[in-house]
Amino acid sequence: MPEPALEVEALEVRYGAVPALRGATLSIEKGEIVGLVGPNGAGKSTLLHAIMGALPIAAGSVRFEGRPLAGIPTERIVRQGLALVPEGRHIFPDLTVDENLRLGLVGRGSTDGIAEDLERVRTLFPVVHEFRGRQAGLLSGGQQQQLAIARALVSKPRLLLLDEPSLGLAPSVVETVWNTLGEIRSTGVTILLVEQRAQITVGFADRTYVLGDGRVKMELGPQDADDTERMVEAYFGS
Amino acid sequence: MNVGQTIINGLALGALYALVAVGLALVFGVLRLINFAQGELITAGAYTLSLTTNWPVIAQILLCFVVCIGLSVAIERIAFRPLRGAAPATTLVATFAVAFALEAVWLIAFGANGRPAGPLSTLNTIAIRGSLNLRWITIVEIAAGLVLLGGTALILNRTSIGLQMRAAATDFRTARLLGVRTNLVISFAFVIAGVMAAVVALLYTVQTPLVTQTFGLDITIIALVGAVVGGLDRLWTATAGGFAIGFATSVLGDVLPASQEKFLTAFVFLLVILLLLLRPGGLFTGFGRTTVERV
Repeated sequence: MPEPALEVEALEVRYGAVPALRGATLSIEKGEIVGLVGPNGAGKSTLLHAIMGALPIAAGSVRFEGRPLAGIPTERIVRQGLALVPEGRHIFPDLTVDENLRLGLVGRGSTDGIAEDLERVRTLFPVVHEFRGRQAGLLSGGQQQQLAIARALVSKPRLLLLDEPSLGLAPSVVETVWNTLGEIRSTGVTILLVEQRAQITVGFADRTYVLGDGRVKMELGPQDADDTERMVEAYFGS
Repeated sequence: MNVGQTIINGLALGALYALVAVGLALVFGVLRLINFAQGELITAGAYTLSLTTNWPVIAQILLCFVVCIGLSVAIERIAFRPLRGAAPATTLVATFAVAFALEAVWLIAFGANGRPAGPLSTLNTIAIRGSLNLRWITIVEIAAGLVLLGGTALILNRTSIGLQMRAAATDFRTARLLGVRTNLVISFAFVIAGVMAAVVALLYTVQTPLVTQTFGLDITIIALVGAVVGGLDRLWTATAGGFAIGFATSVLGDVLPASQEKFLTAFVFLLVILLLLLRPGGLFTGFGRTTVERV
């Protein structure tokens, strides 16, 4: 019997009077990599921020490992074992790479095993160690993305949310980043990956939800990646 | 006029204004709010000293710290926290409201004639006599400035809470996503502002022993102008600006003939206007800063 890591049910989020999510429902099982694709404005980032408690939920529910998250402030949600790598990376450019990394420690639920986790992250992302004393704003985009993921990982999340980690990166760097996602999953972290690049996401993730107009319109498996007709339908069908 | 003496006095007053500027800049960093009520902390501390003149000095000092820090945290909790997320103009007006309300309280409670304070007035004696007359208070002010600014820098650069404050000052939204506790870093900024206010109250009453209801406001407005001229968005530029305006005020006070001294503030602001015309972005901005967009 698979255990759910995240259950989102009939979630509604509004920006003022404008609805951004109109009843999105999806679920992720422990250990899965689940993709979330959809056109601009479909509500992908909104969904991630609502899960993290950074946006108020108008209706519906979000459960993490069975416990409801609605109404809990972001800083407590982080300590329960969720982490978001935000779109555009949002590293702190004036702080050093190491300071950025250590900020990830703030959100840990427990202080046990910090040294081991830092070590593991440094092995996974050698640049984070190599440039530890450098101002983070001086890193390349790909390095900043790795730092942002590393920073999220040291908070020891059981569910990692990534918002367009490949945005603005060179294709070879994208591949590096995605390969590490596989390694991260192998350490037992569940992953929700939001992406614009639908085809490679569908091919990469265990399952992929297609979000459109604030709702989940479809669920695709890796076998659908090469099924152009189905992809087009997912994006443009009603 | 003795140039060395003028410079030493300038350093001492500059140090005091720098401490006020640090408090303003730390709060501005985490809340994007110019806290006019900070001057009232200094006033509260000074009144505390004037109300406890028959206490042992050490007890007076301790109580001064307790009052300043307590009031600072209380103002944030009661007046600013409920307005979190409100428009910047609203919170700015709230700081005015708190400042004027407290001033009214001082006026009603303590009258307009002022009360004497100055537990450390013995510091107002010459420590070193020579070509320069160095008073103890001058030495203490410079030393206190160095220690507190150094201490603040250490906290910001070497502790987790300091790192969280720096992160929150850059990008609060992302800091929260990493688990930074909003209330903790904001309260901490107000605690430091309270510490600075207590020290300023203790030291400023040595030279200006008459405490009136605008005791702290005057210092704070000048320090704020200095901090803005220096660049309020970064701690060290704001501090340097606060120091510079204190230094300039002191030097101008020495240079101006006694008959012109009532125009001292006017001269200081004239200087500020000239500076802002020359460097509208702030006196110290643009140095050591690299903002590069990476893809």
